[in-house]
Parts: sequence; structure tokens; C-alpha cells
Amino acid sequence: MILRIKTYLNSYTNAASLAFYRIAFGFMMLLGLIRFAANGWIDKFYIQPSFHFTYYGFSWIKPIGIYTYGIFILCFLSCIFIMIGYKYRASAIVFFLSFTYIELMDKTTYLNHYYFITVISFIMIFLPAGNYFSVDSYRNPQQAFGKTPRWTVDILKLMLAIVYFYAGLAKLNSDWLVNAMPLKIWLTGHSNLPFVGPLMLKSWLHYTFSWFGAAYDLFIVLLLINRRTRIVGFILVVVFHLLTSLLFPIGMFPYIMIVSSLIFFSGSFHQKCLTGIKLLHLPILLVDNTKNYIPQNRSLYKGSIVVLSIFMFIQLVFPFRYLCYPGELFWTEEGFRFSWRVMLMEKAGYAQFIVTDAKSGKKIYVNNEDFLTVFQEKQMSFQPDFILEYAHFLHDHYQKEGLNDPEVRVQNYVALNGRLSRPYVDPTINLAEKKESFESKDWILPFEDTIWGL
Amino acid sequence: MKKIVIAFFLIASVIGCSSSDNNETNSNQGYDRTAMLTNWADNIIIPAFENYSTKVNTLSQAATAFTTAPDDTKLAAVRTAWLEAYTAYQYVAMYDFGKAEELYLKQSANTYPTDVTGIQTNITSGSYNLNLQAQFTRQGFPAVDYLINGQGTDAETITYLSNANAAAYLNAVANQLKTIATTVTTDWKGDYRSQYVQNNGTSVTSAVNKTTNNFIKNLEKDIRTAKLGIPAGLFSNGTTYANKVEAYYKNDVSKALLNAGIQAEIDFFNGKAFNNTATGASLKNALDGVNAVRGGTKLSDVITNQFATVVTTNNMLNNSLSVQVTNDNAKMLTAYSTLQQNVIYLKVDMMQALNMTIDYVDGDGD
Repeated sequence: MILRIKTYLNSYTNAASLAFYRIAFGFMMLLGLIRFAANGWIDKFYIQPSFHFTYYGFSWIKPIGIYTYGIFILCFLSCIFIMIGYKYRASAIVFFLSFTYIELMDKTTYLNHYYFITVISFIMIFLPAGNYFSVDSYRNPQQAFGKTPRWTVDILKLMLAIVYFYAGLAKLNSDWLVNAMPLKIWLTGHSNLPFVGPLMLKSWLHYTFSWFGAAYDLFIVLLLINRRTRIVGFILVVVFHLLTSLLFPIGMFPYIMIVSSLIFFSGSFHQKCLTGIKLLHLPILLVDNTKNYIPQNRSLYKGSIVVLSIFMFIQLVFPFRYLCYPGELFWTEEGFRFSWRVMLMEKAGYAQFIVTDAKSGKKIYVNNEDFLTVFQEKQMSFQPDFILEYAHFLHDHYQKEGLNDPEVRVQNYVALNGRLSRPYVDPTINLAEKKESFESKDWILPFEDTIWGL
Repeated sequence: MKKIVIAFFLIASVIGCSSSDNNETNSNQGYDRTAMLTNWADNIIIPAFENYSTKVNTLSQAATAFTTAPDDTKLAAVRTAWLEAYTAYQYVAMYDFGKAEELYLKQSANTYPTDVTGIQTNITSGSYNLNLQAQFTRQGFPAVDYLINGQGTDAETITYLSNANAAAYLNAVANQLKTIATTVTTDWKGDYRSQYVQNNGTSVTSAVNKTTNNFIKNLEKDIRTAKLGIPAGLFSNGTTYANKVEAYYKNDVSKALLNAGIQAEIDFFNGKAFNNTATGASLKNALDGVNAVRGGTKLSDVITNQFATVVTTNNMLNNSLSVQVTNDNAKMLTAYSTLQQNVIYLKVDMMQALNMTIDYVDGDGD
């Protein structure tokens, strides 16, 4: 066993694969950032709001006013450096840190695909992706290697496999498979589309999409790994993701996944792609290299393998943490994020907060618009950790306004996947007294329904 | 392995198709945004604005006639015209977009309680610009209410309004209502109507979304909060405000105005024409079109039933909500929470069922 692992770790593959992924990843990130900025979202999500929803334990990570643009510029520059492979490791670290910082500033904008980028960019810090077809390898030919350890490419495939497969597992539930929810709601919303509009109202289409979606997520990696089915798999990838990008507001995600799935192709395919770029009159020595990768620092390299092994183990286990919580996962959302649960729920809520002065009994009905953006209010009104954080904010705010030990309660209603809205948070609970923790939130009212499945 | 994959796809498609058969009994037609916008514009919104325009025009004329030669009959005519116009207003309050929003129709017509001291200052000085936001509390129906109903006996009212400055102020306020109503109505009957109907997309700024949001906002903020919540003391630690009702000086019509507001909401939801009983494409149809069923009941019925409960609960209130909050505030609180339930059904359940966007942003289903 140990011998097999050793042999595996010492086997090599074409470094073009890694270089290709590095360039593709940098390029997609660049596009993503440009699109984000062009939509005016930096200002809208990070500068304008007076209040930000933070992640538990990361409340110190906040937008820094106008300097927030600096973080985006840093992130932008690191993308370019990653693409051209200039000071690759440092660039990868800067990208990971700046991107993750941006994501941690406000969880209102949480998306699984942003988390995917964080995860991939973390892995890439430890990969020798800048030692081939890069400025680094051109400037220092001694550090140019045409062969890279196999695991450095396989780990990216493994990560993609986890994303897809876990997303597929998450769809194996009765709402998705038996009720075709939430696709039934979402697809119906497209009945105005030209030509295909009327189809969007058909029940059989909702079920077909649901079942094929689940099957796609579960098995697409198998098709991509197998050389003989790879082309079919990739066509499916393209069709599936283009379809989702047409029907759902999921931004760059489909394109990032399409490009990412190219990693499953052979090294020679990647080599051909790079040779294509080489036609731009780049020096020949960028591609002509058959040396096996030799790490500059042996112990750092070994350390990388250890770190990544632990990291991948966490990736495998972490999405199952919801099993530690009682109650329905979709209802409480305890253990929902960072688990590749994509497009699973149509959830909406309504939250009327009431702040009470503990001494005088004076009550204030909070107008959420005074503190939150439309988007923040939407996200807050059905996610318990948002509700709690906002309740604490209200407590602090009204204490400053002169209320004595303000008590914060909420009349909160949530509708999930086509069920009638029902009370969500216990309206008698003073949320100001409840602390955020990883423990289950006992002030969430029961779901009184069952969603069967994983 | 490949066999398993193929088998799964096969099973998936078989089950996918067969389970759909059970559901095909529900006819799922979707809804036509253009038809809905056309019905809203042509049969509901424009007729409601025309009616409102006519009614404030009558008010303005009655005020002019009265102030030219004040007597009991003409005062009664002003009062009637005022109440009819105020009622007509309840049917346009929810269309707070386009010209109406631009000209602050809502704020200038119905900010209450009215600022009595400010009105007196204006009358004394004789110089004021009613277009200024600071003047919103000194005009509109609440100000007219104060001028014609807040001066004691009829004889006292006539004496009060015989003062040239006071008479001029009454005319100015009536005229301001008329000017804004006319401009907004003209705009709707001109280019705006086609712009509105053509804006038939699904974005946040599309006409369907904008109108629906305003329909809900009116119910939530202008009816629930303003007409019930504030006087009932929900936003002031239980301190009730008998004076923070519509038509405070007339006093016995605040329930009628509340009912008119609710009826306007019900009619809009049902797509009922303003001038007759015909119904057309509506939010109610749309909910049925997307086959929105909740716990075995059509969501449109859930909402309709709740509206019926709202009407019943409101009818238990005193004609004067001022009297109601003073004598038996519990009934006000019940009316508030009954209405609140429908705000939730509309804002959460209906918006979700119709898949309406509230903001442009990436999402992956939360």
C-alpha cells in the first residue's frame, strides 16, 4: 500500500495540463472580476450597505470603505500574474487571500461557486503550476519542467469530482425527485421565453430536468474520466451549463465549470492548446521541455502533500456535518453552506423585528430598509444566522439610541419549496440573549413536514 | 460502470415522464405578462386615475364656487366633493410609479396628520410653494379636511374661510391636487401607457414587478402601518394616536377610507375593471396559471379568503378609527394582524410562486 502510494507520488504527467489550468483559471477569474466591477457590485454590495453580515469567527473581516477597491485591484493583478505565470506562488497566495477576504466581507453574497474558487485557489498555492509555459520558467530555465507529478493534476480532478458528486447526492431528496421542486417554480417563471416558453410550464419538463440534473451531477465525472466517453461527457457539460446559464441567474459559474472540466482531457490535448497560444510568437523553450519536476525545497514539497491530503480529507467530510444537527437541513440551514448544495431551494421569508426597552416596555417596530439593502433583507429573512446577527446589531443600535437593555424579537415567516409560509423563529425568544455558535439553534420552530433523502 | 450510468439515465427518464402524468391533470397555463399589463393599464389604472382626476377637479370647482360666495349649500358641496375625491384617491394610491412617483402624488395628497401650525403660518403669510417636500404635511386631503371640517360649526367654518388668505389657501391646495392628478392622468393616457405595457419582461424594473411591488407596499406601508398600526400605537409602545387617522376632522369616515383602500387592493388582485364588474388577466389568474397550490388549497384562494377575513374584521371597527383606538384598541390590533397575515401571503408566498425578482444579483438557489 505504502509502496503504491510512493510510486503514485513519484509518477509524472505532462505539465501542460497544470499550465493550461493555471491560464484558464486566471483568465476566468479575470473575466469574473471585470463583470463584477462592471455591474457596479463592488459599490452596491460592499461600499453602500451600512451593515454587513459576517461569517461566524470572521466578523473582523469587513469592507474597508473606499480601499475595498484596492483589494479588488490586488485580486485583479494577481489573476494576470497567475495567467502569465509571473511570480506564481506569491500571486497564487495573493489571489487566495484577496479573493477569500472579499468573500468573507459579507455572507449575503455567498455562492457555492465563490467557495469553489476559494477552495481551488487554496489548492493551487501548493501546486507547481508556474514551472511550465510561464514567465517564471522562461526567466529561470532551471526551474522549468515539462513533467509534473501526477497528483498535482489529479487533485484538481478530485476536487471537481467532489463538487459534482456531492451536488448530485444533495439532489437525492423527495422535494427534488418527487415534487420537482424548486425547478417547478423556477422553470415556470420562464414561460415567457420565445419558442420554448410553453414547454416551461409542462410538468414532465420539470421532472425531466430534475432527474437529469441529479443524474448529470452524479455521473458526469465518470464520463469525463473515461477516455472513450470523454467527448460525450464534455458535450453534456457544455449543454448542461449553457442551459443553466440561460435559465438561472448564476453568473460566471457555468463558464467556470465548463472550462474547469477541460482538466479531464489528456496532457497532449492541453499541450496542443498551449501550442496554439504559442503561435503568438512566444519562445520555443516554453513548451519544449521534458524534465521531471524537481522541487526547489524538498521539505516544503513534502509539507504541501501533507497539507493537501488533510485538506482533501476535510473536503470529503465537511459537507456531511449537517448530520450533527437535528431538524430538517433545508429548514434550519445548519450545515447547508460549503457543501455543494446548489440550486436546491426556493426559500423566501418575512421578518418583522420588534425591539423592546427592558425597563419601560417601550416597543419599536423595526423598518429593515433603514439598515439593510433589498438584497440583504431578502437573504436575512429566511436564514437563522443572519437573523441572529441582525438581531444583535439591532440590540447594539437601539442601546446606543438610549433604550435600556433592548430585547429583540422577530415575527418571522418562511416559505420553502412551494409550501405555504409558516412561522420560522420563535417570536417569544429574545434573540439579543442568544449567542451564535456551532450548536443547533433551538429557537427555530419545527418544520412540521419531512423531506426524505440525503 | 457505464451500464449503471446508462441504466440510471433510463430510469430517470422513465420516472421523470411517468410521474409527470399524475400531475398533468392540473392545467398549467402560465400567465401572459402583456395581457396582464394591458388589463391593468386599460381597465384598472387609467380609469382609476381618470376618476380621481374628475373628482379632484370637482373638488377644486366646488372650492372656487364656495370661496367666491360662501354659504351652507356650497360648503356642503365642498365637503361631499372632498370625501368623494379622497375615496377616489384610495384607488390610485398603489400606483406610485411613473409620473405619480415623480410628482409625489401620494405624499402631497395624503400625508397625515396634517400640520395645523404650518397651515396657519401659510395662511397668515400668504406665500408658500406647495411643490416643496417640506410642504407635504400642509396640503392634500388632510389639509382640506382641517380647513372645511376642523373649524367648528358651519357658520364658524364659513366665517373662517371668508378670510381672503384662508380662502386662497383652500383653493391653492385643491388646485395642487387637481394639477398633479391631471398631469399624471394625461401622462398615463399618452406615451406612458404603451411604455408600460411594452415593459413586459421579468427584471426588477419590469412593469409587472414594479406594479406588484407597489401593490404589496401599499397594503403593507400605507394601509396596514399607516391606517391601522400607527393609530393603534403599535409603533409607539402602545400609546394610541386618535389624531393620526385619515380624515381626523371629519372623523367618522376613516373606516370607510380604510375599506376603500382594501377594496382597491382586492379589485387589483382579481383584475376587476374599475368601471364595471368584468375581470381580466390578474395576479390571481397568474397564481392559478402557475398552478400554485399550498397544502391542497389554491394559493389564490388562500389570499382571497384572507382578504375576506380582513374585510369582516375591518367591518367590526367603528366608523371612526379615532373612536376605535380610544374605546377598544384590541379590535384595531386584530384588524392589524389579520391584514399582516395577507401581507405575508402576498409578499412571501405569491412573490415566490410567481418567481418575481427583487434585485439583480447572482444566486445559486441560496
